[in-house]
Amino acid sequence: MTSASPSLAPLSEAAAEPSALAEISQETLALTRRLFVQLIRRPSTLVAGVLQPLIWLVLFGALFAKAPQGLLPGGGSYGRFLGAGVIVFTAFSAALNAGLPVMFDREFGFLNRLLVAPLRSRSSIVLASVLYITSLALVQSLAIVVTAALLGYGWPGASGLLLVLITLLLLVFAVTALSLGLAFALPGHIELIAVIFVANLPLLFASTALAPLSFMPTWLGWLAALNPLTFAIEPIRAAYAGNFQLNRIFTDVVLQAPYGSLTAASCLAILAALALGLFLAIRPLLDRKLT
Amino acid sequence: MIELQHLCKRYGTGRKSAPVQALNDLSLAVPAGSLYGLLGPNGAGKTTALRIVCTLLAPDAGTVRVAGVDALADPRAVRRLLGYVAQDVAIDKILSGKELLALQGDLYHLNRVDRDRRIGDLIGLLGMGDWIDRRCGGYSGGMRRRLDLAAGLLHSPRLLVLDEPTVGLDLESRAAIWQVLQQLRDQGTTVLLSSHYLEEVDALADRLAIVESGRVIAEGSPAELKGALGGDRVTLRVREFSDAGEASRVRTLLEHCAGVRQVVVNRAQGYSLNLVVENAAVIERLRSQLAAADLPVFALAQSRASLDDVYLQATGRTLLDAELEGAGQRDAKAERKQSMR
Repeated sequence: MTSASPSLAPLSEAAAEPSALAEISQETLALTRRLFVQLIRRPSTLVAGVLQPLIWLVLFGALFAKAPQGLLPGGGSYGRFLGAGVIVFTAFSAALNAGLPVMFDREFGFLNRLLVAPLRSRSSIVLASVLYITSLALVQSLAIVVTAALLGYGWPGASGLLLVLITLLLLVFAVTALSLGLAFALPGHIELIAVIFVANLPLLFASTALAPLSFMPTWLGWLAALNPLTFAIEPIRAAYAGNFQLNRIFTDVVLQAPYGSLTAASCLAILAALALGLFLAIRPLLDRKLT
Repeated sequence: MIELQHLCKRYGTGRKSAPVQALNDLSLAVPAGSLYGLLGPNGAGKTTALRIVCTLLAPDAGTVRVAGVDALADPRAVRRLLGYVAQDVAIDKILSGKELLALQGDLYHLNRVDRDRRIGDLIGLLGMGDWIDRRCGGYSGGMRRRLDLAAGLLHSPRLLVLDEPTVGLDLESRAAIWQVLQQLRDQGTTVLLSSHYLEEVDALADRLAIVESGRVIAEGSPAELKGALGGDRVTLRVREFSDAGEASRVRTLLEHCAGVRQVVVNRAQGYSLNLVVENAAVIERLRSQLAAADLPVFALAQSRASLDDVYLQATGRTLLDAELEGAGQRDAKAERKQSMR
């Protein structure tokens, strides 16, 4: 095996020390590229992430297709009502799985390979996960948006699409932070999958994804009105309502919660605060685990 | 190149597991440009010491300096200097070997030209050309070890740290890795490796430390350590399959024989007896005394001192005995948890 010349040519002397930004970019891009190569070669995650909400959309849409007109707030069809919930569910499910690759890297020792390297910032490891899962969640959600349009459940228009995008980004950041925190806090992937399994569907059902607050008993209405998914669903539902204009996000009420009325801007502010709060909350844990 | 001073490390301070003192005042110094071996049974503390050198683990007490840099104060500077080949090879099964090396190059901030040239050189050096573009998931243990060695060398480190680099490898792969390590040492790279293979450390190391229960119990070059023992080694079996009682009786007899310095019963080898004799004439006296006591001699082998004898002298048991003792006490699950972040 060493028939070739055993000597290794030395590395060239760097003309100047690369900037911190250049080094962080290099390591973050390399780590993100790795996650995408994994996705391309093992696309089942991507396919399942689109297929599951698609089945929800088709089956639930058909189940309530004959619901009387005017039953739902706004008077639209159930399919149009459901679309916003399924879009949010798609992004939420994808983001909830963000911690799994990190957990597997912890368990199989690959994280140690990263930690023994002179990374300029170990936040690159987290940043790569956030970039990857955000892209994945948005691609999956976009697939649902397009499919919903093809099924006749409506199209939000350009400004509505922008609101959908901002809402999903905030939700994905928040849930990704939570999932990454769990990936470093829990002892193994079995526990992480259990938490994902337990959290996923109950959070969906205890939101306004499938039914409006007015259909729910009081206690469930309170739960749904406090559920972060609801704060993402209602602005998106407003974007699908027709004649949507961005400047109305500060004035039009999108959620009549038991504790008060919220505009789309209020919902986005709550999601932003949640994302920021969760990242700040997991930071000490990440610092402890990655240093 | 490496100075470890009074390192202490304890695991399992939680409620579920009993605490284990992995390092107990371990100190050693690895000269620059040398190939240095850490020898000891599984569980002696070798991996913990190496993980501390590589900045993956912080000691509870003690100091770590690598090339003059305080590893606890400036771990990133130390990481730039060293390459690490871990005991359990961690690879991404979905990536090809070449993609994994490219990732490694980016994590060490190599420019693309250097990175690709260096990858090409290492593929040639380690004979990886036939399979490096295949996904890592299909690699054999030897392939994985070569790939991990290449990853450790990619950024041209001044110090290469290897944890049990040849465990589970076939003889050909083991010899090939030995050859590369010797070449690296000859080119000026400091190599620190741990092993529980006596012949590996004896053949490779310029100097070595024997680690037992988290501390260094002997240190020096293999020749120095073996030479310090003096005398010849004798392995004696009075019967093909003896027992503890008979071995103890023979031991008592031999201990009173002039010219015999140390007698140890080796349970792992069918209660044979390992002893040190001052010269060849003592062996004839031994035979006479055994005959006078009506004890047969099934086998008697004489040899120069080995590192196993050094270990035996220092600990009162052979390395194999220590391995067997340790095997029953190890908790693989707890060890995996210790290596997890």
